Amino acid sequence: MNGHTTELVIFTLLFLVVSGMGFVAARWRRPKDIESLHEWGLGGRNFGSWITWFLVGGDLYTAYTFVAVPALVFGAGALGFYALPYTVVVYPLVFLVLARMWSVSHVHGFVTPADFVRARFGSPTLALVIALTGLVATMPYIALQLVGIEAVLKAMGITGHLPIIIAFAILAAYTYQSGLRAPALIAFVKDTLIYIVILAAVIYIPAKLGGWGSIFDAAKAKFDASPNPADGITLTAANQLQYITLAFGSALALFLYPHSLTGVLASKNRGVIKRNMAALPAYSFLLGLIALLGFMAIAAGTKPVIGATGKPDTNTIIPRLFDQMFPDWFTGIAYAAVGIGALVPAAIMSIAAANLFTRNIYREYLNKQATDAQEAKVSKLVSLVVKVGAVLCILLLDPQFSIDLQLIGGVIILQTLPAVALGLYTRWFHRGGLIAGWAAGLAAGMWMLYLIPNPANGKAHFGGSAFALKNLGLDTPMTIYAGFLALAVNLVVSVLATLAFRAAKVAEGEDATSRDDYFADEGDPRVKELDLSAAH
Amino acid sequence: MPDDKSDRSPWYWLLLVPVVIPLMTFLYNADEPRLFGFPLFYWLQMAFIALGVATTTLVYRMTRRRP
Repeated sequence: MNGHTTELVIFTLLFLVVSGMGFVAARWRRPKDIESLHEWGLGGRNFGSWITWFLVGGDLYTAYTFVAVPALVFGAGALGFYALPYTVVVYPLVFLVLARMWSVSHVHGFVTPADFVRARFGSPTLALVIALTGLVATMPYIALQLVGIEAVLKAMGITGHLPIIIAFAILAAYTYQSGLRAPALIAFVKDTLIYIVILAAVIYIPAKLGGWGSIFDAAKAKFDASPNPADGITLTAANQLQYITLAFGSALALFLYPHSLTGVLASKNRGVIKRNMAALPAYSFLLGLIALLGFMAIAAGTKPVIGATGKPDTNTIIPRLFDQMFPDWFTGIAYAAVGIGALVPAAIMSIAAANLFTRNIYREYLNKQATDAQEAKVSKLVSLVVKVGAVLCILLLDPQFSIDLQLIGGVIILQTLPAVALGLYTRWFHRGGLIAGWAAGLAAGMWMLYLIPNPANGKAHFGGSAFALKNLGLDTPMTIYAGFLALAVNLVVSVLATLAFRAAKVAEGEDATSRDDYFADEGDPRVKELDLSAAH
Repeated sequence: MPDDKSDRSPWYWLLLVPVVIPLMTFLYNADEPRLFGFPLFYWLQMAFIALGVATTTLVYRMTRRRP
């Protein structure tokens, strides 16, 4: 073997235990009938505060986050810390929005954001646009979870693709079997492991490196010596606007992803959601500490694994740091935490993508008379296809391509904000105006991303999300988050096009929702009794 | 509809505080003063988590519907 035997044994053992749980989950909370889509895809919609906290937390804070955020801090310093304000700002921002979404979805039986848009604006076309945007944004996200697992495997000296295929085959099998129950149950284990590992890391590693002060000093010395003017342990005049707009734009985008909504809709009532908005920042604290692992890696002189292309793979920085600092058995636990951390979001994302396809494409265009059982069957099959697609992405394409796609995904999912989030509050927009705004925002976003180079790896296009304002003729070194600017374009066009359509008297769609639908809570007769699996 | 069924309450305006404060970089974009070795940039932003939790919890409790 290669000196990583202990790590490998512990990693494999924990991975297998968790996989076993995934299969058992089908019997957890006793569904009477898992053959309907609500049952399989939304776990019966009866999750209480604790399960929702683990499920949504496990969904939003992914393995890729745990690997990529500290890698960004390692490379760029303060800018990478944007993940912290992003996850502080998001919960108060969506506190009311998600409660409204829960209510209207439960009155009308919506499973996806596109379901809502279709009913609200009476437009299957707009719904299709929203569904396709969601699918395109979610797919690379699933592939990225594999990048997280791969980083860990690489650090253990395993390079072939077979382990990834096995891991995802297991994941696919138990998601097929248990639906949303599997990730909900596994999230408990994942989070417990992650908390243990990170708490150990932030106590043990600084003690070995001479305390926090010297960790930050080492990072400062590295950035002071680097030729890049944008890095440092604080922000520069050029990247402050980027920091603010990236944090705010990411916060706006987070709950537009179909998979974040899946976790929210599975909760029992509005109170569960609101309590979770207050409790979920506990993960932000964890994320902040994880981000700082990047500085620890600088202080410890950690070197990333050199990839097959001969370039260093910065995603391996944190696994390497663990390997360097921890005893082997604990490194094994840490690696398992990251590996299992990839499974929870990958499962939820593939379920959300499958729901989108089934509800908004299959039932809308392919089989209008689909029964519940048919829908559930198609959904399960699509969830398999989506996962196979993600594996193929990693096997056939350069992983960099998935990272680029995910970057693009964040920019394009933001373009659904006017229809989905503003749509929860106002019916003022014309459906045609929203489609025009979406198209304009998308075009602007792609144009900006195309113009962004990445000098670090020599790419000329799609090199990041920091758009230089000097491209617009402004005499400033400042950069801004491309998605934020694209959303501004989208909003302006949506408003102007709405006025134009209305002036031209183009037909408005029918609004199937009414004002009271947005406040309905558990116990209201209009809130559908969808949960076939009453709690014990 | 009775008022308790709507989402209107002055308390909700308070939610703007933890949205706006963490985005004001001039508040925290400095190395000094350090706390336990953490530069201001890091410890103050970590402290904003507490601000977010406290505000959201307060708003939730003040607007909860009593059965």
